[in-house]
Amino acid sequence: MSEASAESSKAIRIEKKGAGSDASRLAKQSWFSHVMHRPESGAVSGLVFVYVFFVLFANGSGMFSAEGLMNIFKVSAELGILAVSVSLLMIAGEFDLSIGSMVALAGLIIGVGVAKLGLSLPVAVMIAFVFSLLIGAFNGYLVVRTKLPSFIVSLATMFILRGVAVAATRMLTGKTQISYVVNELNQNSWVVSLFSGHLFTGLFQTLAEHGVIDMRPDGLPAVQGIPMSILWWLAISALATWMLLRTRLGNWIFATGGDLNAARNMGVPVDKVRILLFMFSAVSATLFATIQVLESGSADTLRGIQKEFEAIIAAVIGGSLLTGGYGSAIGSMFGALIFGTVQIGMFYTGIDTDWFKVFLGVMVLLAVLFNDYIRKMATSSR
Amino acid sequence: MVPVIELAKVRKTFGSVIALDGVSFDVYPGEVHCLLGDNGAGKSTLIKVLSGVHQPTQGTIRIDGQDVQFKSPRDAYKAGVATVFQDLAMLPLMSITRNFFLGREPTKGRGIFRRFDAKFADVVTRKEMVRIGIDIRDPGQAVGTLSGGERQGLAIARATYFGAKVLILDEPTSALGVHQASMVLKYIDQARKNGIGVVFITHNINHAYPIGDRFTLLNRGTSHGTFKKAEISREEILRVMAGGEDLDALMEQLPGVEA
Repeated sequence: MSEASAESSKAIRIEKKGAGSDASRLAKQSWFSHVMHRPESGAVSGLVFVYVFFVLFANGSGMFSAEGLMNIFKVSAELGILAVSVSLLMIAGEFDLSIGSMVALAGLIIGVGVAKLGLSLPVAVMIAFVFSLLIGAFNGYLVVRTKLPSFIVSLATMFILRGVAVAATRMLTGKTQISYVVNELNQNSWVVSLFSGHLFTGLFQTLAEHGVIDMRPDGLPAVQGIPMSILWWLAISALATWMLLRTRLGNWIFATGGDLNAARNMGVPVDKVRILLFMFSAVSATLFATIQVLESGSADTLRGIQKEFEAIIAAVIGGSLLTGGYGSAIGSMFGALIFGTVQIGMFYTGIDTDWFKVFLGVMVLLAVLFNDYIRKMATSSR
Repeated sequence: MVPVIELAKVRKTFGSVIALDGVSFDVYPGEVHCLLGDNGAGKSTLIKVLSGVHQPTQGTIRIDGQDVQFKSPRDAYKAGVATVFQDLAMLPLMSITRNFFLGREPTKGRGIFRRFDAKFADVVTRKEMVRIGIDIRDPGQAVGTLSGGERQGLAIARATYFGAKVLILDEPTSALGVHQASMVLKYIDQARKNGIGVVFITHNINHAYPIGDRFTLLNRGTSHGTFKKAEISREEILRVMAGGEDLDALMEQLPGVEA
């Protein structure tokens, strides 16, 4: 029997060689299909579609002026900072719904610290970051220890953190809003320039003087410079992408989300990976909060509401699978950019912005369907 | 020659259930030792003792003639005992290279610039896969694109590369079609030629008999002995596995059936 099967298998293999030898299969694979296999391909084509749409319908409205573009990038950057960490978590197979509440809480720590406790701005910001590391570690520890779905665990911490933020702020200050967090005393602090400053202000001034970009009546350019939030977004996305694709930790993140048990069996420290990523998401929420507080000069208990979902949307549009094990950090950049472009673009085209959420919902559905298709393509023979 | 791994009179009980009772088992380098038995015969318990998941209640484990105690699968792994379980510990959405080096990624650079050495990993993966007889088109392609047999081959190549002296294969052919299964037998043969002691667990005598050098038959937690291929026929193995006389009685009732 064994001789017979060996004979027949030889015959089959020869047939396969004839149908397409290995070398010709490699050659046949076009760059296009290679690009389409990337998890970001959906987001990139979505982005192209969005820009074609707005170039057709909003050209001349000022959307594509320096000011309009900077607005788009700013909105995208703030969401993008959250979306990067959320996409890493999703690749590792976890959710963090508590980041929206973390945004409020971190902002209020800075606000209460400065306005009520009289701390200096750098110290208050530092405390917020240290606190967020602890919250993130706590979230992660709860998830790995209880083995409950992180969706439920972080849903609980979402309410706990929001509750603590509101209750503690009201207890300490009697209000739910803290203004003058940035005031005459600290507005020149290095922390302010680090998180809410602008880059290349001189260049933009010159551009305005030469009429390349608009100038305001007071002689300042309409766009002061490149906001630090954009720089933070680019830096954090680049770092996450490098880590994901080029380090051991990145490999472990994919493996943790792909199959927890298999990863554990291969010696991947899956618990450490997940705790670390929860810490990263809490820190990125705090980065978002710090930028927001220092730009607006105030803290508010209502900040960050629904940001957890918006970040998940950006990550999903960016190609991260809800089931984990697949996705991209750079994709979340494109996801956030689509989000920011449509949000600002609607304002310029005069479409009622109430429709924004409808658009978001449709985008999510399309993205999920597309991701599912891409995943099937990725595991099918190429 | 000293067996690379040896179990001597191992007994394993779970509460009042006796899973293994005085089972002895050994593997020499460059040998395929088939562990045969029907469901519930104690095959799983035996490989879990071999791979350090369970500790024997009585009896000893020896590696290269030295008594050892495995407290965890990691201990067994360090001693050169690699187990390929049925789920293979593979991530279908990740590339062949990334799966090959999962948990043991080669790095270059220092400090914060320490990074995954992708080029080296790709080269090694391709070389090791070719060595076992799989010509992969692109080590960057997802493992999901490989066939079931090729995935087994990848798991075997991975264990071999990372210094396994003993390779325990848990039902590597059971979920595969005829052609795929024969490919896996070829990979096992390749591992044997590389001097690795292979423990091949199966209940399919048609897969075990062509490749095996020795056969140990388990039934209800006890060993029915270890036989060299020359000492026992395919039919005899099947008869013992199925419970001896029970099968004979069945054969008489069903004329025209051949084992």
